[in-house]
Amino acid sequence: MTLIDVHDLTRTFVVRKRTNGLARTRTEVRAVHDLSFIVETGEMVGYIGPNGAGKSTTIKMLTGILVPTAGHLRVAGLEPSRQRTELARRIGVVFGQRTTLWWDLPLRDSFELLQKIYRVEPARHRRNLEEYVELLDLGDLLDTPVRQLSLGQRMRGDITAALLHDPEILYLDEPTIGLDVVSKGRLREFLRTLNAERGTTLMLTTHDLQDIEALCDRVIVIDHGTAVFDGPLEGLHRRGESRRTLVVDLVDEAPPIEVAGAETHRVDGPRQWLSFPAGESAAPIVSAVAATYAVADLSIQEPDIEDVIREIYAGA
Amino acid sequence: MAETSTRLAGVRQAPREYVWIARMWVRSSLAYPTSFWILTVSSALITLLDFVGLALMFHTVPALGGFSLQEIALLYGASGIGIGVADLVIGSVEQIGAYVRTGGLDSMLTRPVPLLVQVCADRFAIRRLGRISQAVVVFVYGAWWVDWTPAKVGLAVLMLVSACLIFFSLFVTFSCIQFWTLDSTEFANAFTYGGNTMTQYPMTIFPREVLKGLTFLLPIAFVNWYPCLYLLDRPDPFGMPSWFAVLSPLVAVLTVAVAGLAWRTGVRHYTSTGS
Repeated sequence: MTLIDVHDLTRTFVVRKRTNGLARTRTEVRAVHDLSFIVETGEMVGYIGPNGAGKSTTIKMLTGILVPTAGHLRVAGLEPSRQRTELARRIGVVFGQRTTLWWDLPLRDSFELLQKIYRVEPARHRRNLEEYVELLDLGDLLDTPVRQLSLGQRMRGDITAALLHDPEILYLDEPTIGLDVVSKGRLREFLRTLNAERGTTLMLTTHDLQDIEALCDRVIVIDHGTAVFDGPLEGLHRRGESRRTLVVDLVDEAPPIEVAGAETHRVDGPRQWLSFPAGESAAPIVSAVAATYAVADLSIQEPDIEDVIREIYAGA
Repeated sequence: MAETSTRLAGVRQAPREYVWIARMWVRSSLAYPTSFWILTVSSALITLLDFVGLALMFHTVPALGGFSLQEIALLYGASGIGIGVADLVIGSVEQIGAYVRTGGLDSMLTRPVPLLVQVCADRFAIRRLGRISQAVVVFVYGAWWVDWTPAKVGLAVLMLVSACLIFFSLFVTFSCIQFWTLDSTEFANAFTYGGNTMTQYPMTIFPREVLKGLTFLLPIAFVNWYPCLYLLDRPDPFGMPSWFAVLSPLVAVLTVAVAGLAWRTGVRHYTSTGS
């Protein structure tokens, strides 16, 4: 079932600039330009792009905060800007850098208020709360004032808050920003469970490409207001002709390694970096290196999607 | 049709939603009891000193603009109750520009509660009751000297309700300017708090043009001046029609309508420009 239907969506802003003295020029900036995509129920979509590409403008239109300038937009069958309040009951929004919890009150109080304003039946609220508290390990924190929570704990609180009314779609804006590795892992695990068990559709904007790798089967890359890539993550690799890196620690320092199928692009003492196409197997290269050199250690670095995306941007 | 009925349902829910959110802020402020009491007491003291200053003036001057201290207390109290209640209820509307800047408004727009309810209830501060209680004390002192009749009691009630509504509307209307220019809080304050200061004195100390302005342009003379003239059995010193005394509720309804329009236009401007 189609949950988000975006067709030729355009959003322009008028920017007034003071050029010299009092004269002002009025320029139109197209933040989003003829953007089209469809998200089906149950998908996990990564929505990425450089700063100013139009990510948050799109999310604002999807949630009804901004009115589109032109184009067709339906979320859960509703027109967001006109039916904003109605839509609000069916979506959840988490802004990573901003909390919607009551700073000085125990976590539990914020959840109780949300139960009331979203008019969630008490029984359902109890059930949901129990489940999320269990999954996100919030049990001991329910009676702690939010200001005393760590960033990771607060983020888990914010996500619970966004989910208590069983939204069909959860928008996450930079959900793992500032979190340590353990918290990030835990959060991703939870989001996967949420998607698998409840079928909640996830749409996340992030700068952390590991979020995307861990969660999203589909990536939409936006640049200059248009989708420059829409497809599975592997496709993104292929398209960018990305390369993997083999890091070799030799026993002794040596001149740059020469093997077929890979090129050495960096040497630092006994450590050398060899790059080879991401689509190729590492095995022949590893055995070739091991056959000729005394190797102390080996590791393989997966391609940095950030580089891949940068290539796409450069190509677009 | 369906949209109208959901909108009506929304309006009916609004007071309850307001109370839910406001209660959260009250509990939040009680998390710091010392600061809560210091703020409450100091705000009451400051407003009390305000009136003491006025009273001291009467030590040297027997009357101000032809009005005695008791009569001025009635004017001062009525206007103070009006702005006090409005200020208590609307809380953070004057800060709407800050919400736009920090993105707080965006979070509110993703919740199924009318935006105005959320903004008004945000940072609800019960300490503002300090100011209201001061105004009530002054009003009761002034009312002590009034020759009460049933008609006067009725008019006094209408006056106080209208005063709250008029100030509420002024706060909302002038705050809406911030949807266009973010830093216009001071400009708005000139009309709201400035208007309040003017209504603390009898209009007779101002030139006729000021009274006209405060009657027909920024109608805060209806907050207390016209109804109080009736309560005090005084003929209108400016020769305005005596039925102006009962016009306050109508003026209140009008200003509420203007405020509603300004708010809707402001929000629409925000959602269509994003700034």
